[in-house]
Amino acid sequence: MCTKMKINKACEKANHVCDKSQYKEATLLEKLKLMLHLVFCRACRNYSSTNKKLTTTIKDAKVDCMHKNEKEALKESLEKAIQEQQHQP
Amino acid sequence: MPNHQIDPNKWIDSYSDYLFNFTISRVNDRDLAKDLVQETFFAGLKSMKNFKGEASERTWLISILKRKIIDYYRKINSNKGKAEVRMNYNSSSESEGDWLEERVADPFDKTAEDSLENEELGDAIYNCLGKLPEKQATVFKMKTIEGIDTETICNELNITASNLWVIIHRARTTMASCMEKNWF
Repeated sequence: MCTKMKINKACEKANHVCDKSQYKEATLLEKLKLMLHLVFCRACRNYSSTNKKLTTTIKDAKVDCMHKNEKEALKESLEKAIQEQQHQP
Repeated sequence: MPNHQIDPNKWIDSYSDYLFNFTISRVNDRDLAKDLVQETFFAGLKSMKNFKGEASERTWLISILKRKIIDYYRKINSNKGKAEVRMNYNSSSESEGDWLEERVADPFDKTAEDSLENEELGDAIYNCLGKLPEKQATVFKMKTIEGIDTETICNELNITASNLWVIIHRARTTMASCMEKNWF
């Protein structure tokens, strides 16, 4: 494996751990390895900082969405209303 | 010549989350937000003939929803306004207990400006989410906004964990660059 490919593989792995750590799913060992990688890799450092920024922004915005069952119930009632409207003269 | 077409069958999948977030940031009540979104869809369905196609479907639905929210506040204020008794317990005439701490501005209290910025931020996030492919948007919403764990999402969408992380990575990259352009 050439050096460039090795670097790409390492960056891919680092980005994956970075994504996982945004959801608190990375292990301590993975996080330590990521930190070590970030010391040497500027591209991953940039990705990591943007990734963290995105997480903080979404957390601050307190965005909400409808749950699947709520959407299904709404869909059902809307479909019923659409059908009723189509049958009206 | 109308530029935009209307298709109520796609409303729930395309706009329900955006409308719901728009509503909940303004009324702060989940059940009420659901009701208002439902009423908006029904009202849209009834007045479909009035859709000229000049604005997008989403803009048109938002304009109906805004009316609904205004109507809701008008309604509760007319009922509440009649019954409300305002107690001014920190007036200077009161000799005992003037609750001084109540007069001090709370630095953690949300100002109108803060909530306005939050509403705009929420809208910006949903605008960026709208640019993602459907599958990426679904997975990203489930994982990031709803906070559902990986296993449940994989079972529900019938995908592997590694597949999920690839989708998440692509969604996060697109979201970050979109937010970079529109917000950061």
